[in-house]
Amino acid sequence: MLNTDIFTQIGLNHYLFLSAILFVIGMAGVLLRRNAIVLLMSIELMLNAVNISFVAFSKYSGKMEGQIMVFFVMTIAAAEAAVGLALAVTIFKRFREVNIRFFEHLKG
Amino acid sequence: MLLSSLVFLPILFALIMVVWPNKTTLRPLALGLSLIQFALSLTIFWKFDPSSSALQLVEKYPWIERFGVNYYLGIDGISLWLVILTTFLLPIIIVGSWQAIEDRVKGFHAALFVLQTAMLGTFLAIDAIFFYIFWELSLVPMYFMIGIWGGSRRIYATIKFFIYTMVGSVLMLVAIIYMMFLTQEAFGTMSASLIDFYRLDIPFIAGQFFSLQTLLFFAFALAFAIKVPVWPFHTWLPDAHVEAPTPGSVILAGVMLKMGTYGLMRWTIPLFPEAAEYWAWLFLLVAVVGIVYGAVVAMVQPDIKKLVAYSSVSHMGYIVLGLFAFNETGMTGGLYQMLNHGISTGALFLLVGMIYERTHSREISKYGGLAGVLPFFTIAFFIVTLSSIAVPLTNGFVGEFLILLGTFQANPGFAYVAVSGVVLGAVYMLWMFKRVFFGPKGELVKDESHPLHDLSPREFAVLIPMGVMIFWMGLFPNHFFHWSNASIKHLVESRSNYILTVKDTNTKTQSAALVEGE
Amino acid sequence: MSHQLLISTLILSPLIGFLINGLRYKRHSANVAGGVATAAAAISFLSAILIFMELLAMPKEGRQIAVNFFEWMTVASLKINMGFLVDPLNVIMILIITGVGSLIHLFSVSYMHHDEGAAKYFAYLNLFLFNMLVLVLGDNLLVMFVGWEGVGLCSYLLIGFWFKDSDKAAAGMKAFVTNRVGDAAFLLGMFLLFVSFGTLNFQEINNMVPADPTFSWLSPLTLGTLFLFIGATGKSAQIPLYVWLPDAMAGPTPVSALIHAATMVTAGVYMIIRLNPLFLHTPNTMLVIAIIGGLTAVMAASIGLTQWDIKKVLAYSTVSQLGYMFLAVGVGAFTAGLFHLMTHAFFKALMFLGSGSVIHAMHEEQDIRKMGGLKKHMPITHFTFLIGWLAIIGMPPFSGFFSKDEILWLSFHSPLGHPALWALGAVGAVMTAFYMTRLMALTFWGKSRVPQDVHPHESPALMTIPLIVLAILSAFAGWLGVPHVIGAALGHLPNILAEFLSLNIKPIPNLAEANVTTEIILMSVSVGFALISAALAYHMYVRNPELPGKFTEKVKGLHNFVYNKYFVDEAYEGSIIQPLVQTSKSIWFYVDVNFIDKATYWISDIIKGGGSLVRSLQNGNLQTYAMYVAIGLVMTLTFILVR
Repeated sequence: MLNTDIFTQIGLNHYLFLSAILFVIGMAGVLLRRNAIVLLMSIELMLNAVNISFVAFSKYSGKMEGQIMVFFVMTIAAAEAAVGLALAVTIFKRFREVNIRFFEHLKG
Repeated sequence: MLLSSLVFLPILFALIMVVWPNKTTLRPLALGLSLIQFALSLTIFWKFDPSSSALQLVEKYPWIERFGVNYYLGIDGISLWLVILTTFLLPIIIVGSWQAIEDRVKGFHAALFVLQTAMLGTFLAIDAIFFYIFWELSLVPMYFMIGIWGGSRRIYATIKFFIYTMVGSVLMLVAIIYMMFLTQEAFGTMSASLIDFYRLDIPFIAGQFFSLQTLLFFAFALAFAIKVPVWPFHTWLPDAHVEAPTPGSVILAGVMLKMGTYGLMRWTIPLFPEAAEYWAWLFLLVAVVGIVYGAVVAMVQPDIKKLVAYSSVSHMGYIVLGLFAFNETGMTGGLYQMLNHGISTGALFLLVGMIYERTHSREISKYGGLAGVLPFFTIAFFIVTLSSIAVPLTNGFVGEFLILLGTFQANPGFAYVAVSGVVLGAVYMLWMFKRVFFGPKGELVKDESHPLHDLSPREFAVLIPMGVMIFWMGLFPNHFFHWSNASIKHLVESRSNYILTVKDTNTKTQSAALVEGE
Repeated sequence: MSHQLLISTLILSPLIGFLINGLRYKRHSANVAGGVATAAAAISFLSAILIFMELLAMPKEGRQIAVNFFEWMTVASLKINMGFLVDPLNVIMILIITGVGSLIHLFSVSYMHHDEGAAKYFAYLNLFLFNMLVLVLGDNLLVMFVGWEGVGLCSYLLIGFWFKDSDKAAAGMKAFVTNRVGDAAFLLGMFLLFVSFGTLNFQEINNMVPADPTFSWLSPLTLGTLFLFIGATGKSAQIPLYVWLPDAMAGPTPVSALIHAATMVTAGVYMIIRLNPLFLHTPNTMLVIAIIGGLTAVMAASIGLTQWDIKKVLAYSTVSQLGYMFLAVGVGAFTAGLFHLMTHAFFKALMFLGSGSVIHAMHEEQDIRKMGGLKKHMPITHFTFLIGWLAIIGMPPFSGFFSKDEILWLSFHSPLGHPALWALGAVGAVMTAFYMTRLMALTFWGKSRVPQDVHPHESPALMTIPLIVLAILSAFAGWLGVPHVIGAALGHLPNILAEFLSLNIKPIPNLAEANVTTEIILMSVSVGFALISAALAYHMYVRNPELPGKFTEKVKGLHNFVYNKYFVDEAYEGSIIQPLVQTSKSIWFYVDVNFIDKATYWISDIIKGGGSLVRSLQNGNLQTYAMYVAIGLVMTLTFILVR
């Protein structure tokens, strides 16, 4: 028999744990992947991990500010994705390359 | 207001240069302005009281009161002649570069005027921070002058020049700041004024390098020694000279090197008398080594300009030798030699520049027999050579004689070695003279398709003032000593406890009466 | 005329001549230029005569004229005046300088007739006169030094007069640099005297000299006088600095007569005589001077025996005669030194001008092997040269006899002298007689070896008149200083010169009473041997012209050694000049370029190395930077949590 308690037993820590795992996956993507598109996706992943934390905190503390914050984050994320993808496309058009190792003009 | 206008008018002139619309009238304008500046500097003689060793024509306004930094200008017998030398050389340089500088004429003249401000400020500032600002400011126009109008290896030379000088001056800045803290300890309020620095009693421990006065002494002395340049910090000089355009060389040799020896005389020696006395042997030693070393290295240079540059090392060695003799004869000789070197080496660089404009080569071996082709040029070069090798009745002799005599009175051993410079000086100059002017015509001289032209009226105008000064200073040195004697005497006599009094210009007659009353 | 004006005229007239000729240096007319210059010299000579008369009119004890033009240098205790002093000692000098100088100017007008640079030449010559007058008239060492360096400078200019020839320019430079070595020592001598006496004024120094002589080698006065003497060896061409004088013959011949025989080279002797009380105070220095003088006299004479260039023979003869003067002053016989200076100025100027006349006639040929038999072509030159020859070999009663004999006698008799010094002098005299006779024989007598295309002729009057005047002086000037022993024999003729100079010259201390017999014996010995040697030379070069060749063949090695001037030039070249140049080059290359410069590069390399270490952190890779941020964040969190 399926223990339905499991839904009630899911607590704040589980959400936070999930959020942490997603965040670390996203971060690993940002740090290790070379493809600019994948990089942007990883950033999205990190933002969404944060969103999960926000919502979880909001639910368990009963305050709405966290959920409002999520809207902001989602807006920013959308904007960021739009700008980022636009940049990536432009760069690709210009250099035929999305590997970020290629863009190291800042190197001292 | 005289000193302020003297120091800051050139900045205004530089601005005029930058905005002046007409390119053809630019040079005459610059010449006119520099002559105005020279005339202005001559008015100092009216107001200056040569019988007093005090600081005169003083202008003092608070600037950064929290740190006791003042806008502080003043003049005495030590700085007087250097100021005149600076203003005297500028018109000559402008006329001398009439044809040598062809591109960015505006920028060039603006740089010249900024440089003049910096040099005059260095000689006239009595506040340490104020002094330091001018000291560093002088690097900037010179940097551009070599870097933009220089020869093929100019970037290397500028960087070398800049970094060498910076290394020394950074140490000096640290020492200045440290001394400002010392004034706070001693007098309660912080002050950057040189007058207050003189009043400090900095503990000195003989034989211990890491003691306060010795360290401060070396921090200052190193900055000045690099600028002079004292052996073994001289290697920037030949490169800078060779790459610099003629006017740059003239101003570098004529005035900028004097900033170093002036610094030794104004700052290092009176500020740290015990350390200076204790370490005098070191400076006498490097001076003597510099004299001989500069001379022998000059002897084997294949490039005329490099030869003159190394001869500068030798001559500047004499100046340091005279200053560290610590007696009136030596110090007077040292100060005099600063002026001599400015005149004679400046003239040498001008002459080398003139021949370079004609043949575009400075290689000695390509010349020969010039005397038969360019008689006036030869005569001019010969007179300057005489001054450079210190033949009596030229200015060089007076300085060299006094320096050697002063050194002999203080430290005969060093004088015995330094006298060899008299011989070596004649060797390298005359050998060069022989190879360039005598003998059969060299490859550059006999080129029939490009006949060489003797001095033009413009070049005469450049050289005649120099020639007049060479003989005037050689025949009547007392005219010049008259203005600096009191200050030098004061410096020598009260060196261990040096105090510079400040004289109010308005009470000139009153204090003169006081002196007589004593 | 006031004294100031008189002395100004004397000194400044050549200077004005120099300026006039200097400004019109491009003109080629030797007559105008020479006229101006000769007039300037003559005006100077007239003023010298006027000054001489003034001096004679004064009472004997007060015979001096001092003028002070302006204060030259005044620093602390050093006070140098542009002051000039005329007294019996230097009035003789100025008479010689301006008198012989005027004659040589006159001679030059004709000699330099064809030269393009005549104006320049006369300008230099006048400048030289000016400097020489400053040298002898200066009332302190520093003003003397002005002239001292000035004459060296003019000598440089005139030796290198034909500068297009590299060798001649090199000879000028050699003269100046060698002189500079002496001048540096002169400076040191001045410093020592200034430190000792606190003044450089001759009179003050001479008055302050302590009464008792100092026997220490290291006392400041001994060192000072030694350094001054080294200065004199430079200017007056003594061992070891004589090497420039033979090379100086590269200049025009009248210049050799004026500068390198009559006037400039005697400056060292004059300086020592001027400071005679001081030098007498330091017997060690005197000993050195006498030995160097004696050695130079013999060595230079021996080189003179072998030379083929007419001017080189005369040049070595000059060095040798200057050696006599130093021998004289070294034994304290200052009057004799000045006396010989004067007679030598006459007869050597005469011979140089004579050789100029010969060279002129021979179309610039100087090799005496290509001369001979010129007697009949050039009677006046020959006759005047003959008188010079008689004077220099010391034939009585010509001038050289009196002065040389006085020197030889005093080098034997003076307490500062020694028989060995006399022997050196006597050997020198014998050699002198030989090589001068050889010169006469090869040039004027015997068979002509003149090349076919050269037609020697007597020189014009402008050249022969100075010769005649100088010949008269050479013949009779000796009577000014008749030695005591001869004067007594001829009815108490006074030694005019010695009396005239008595105010300026200290007598030799502890001079014993002269032994008349010894004096006469010594005199006869030296004169006798000199005559024998002259006769021998005549025999060898006129009677049996093949004899010298055979003789030199026998002593080939020795002859070669002497002919090449004892290889002194080569030794200097090899031991001083080349090593100096080589060391300089290696100092420049190894120390300057490769050590000092490299050392600064090391410092910059260290800083650069440090920079490149840090630089690898800054690799421009965004992900690496993000990694740094992440690592930093983790570490911060860990730090906060663990703590």
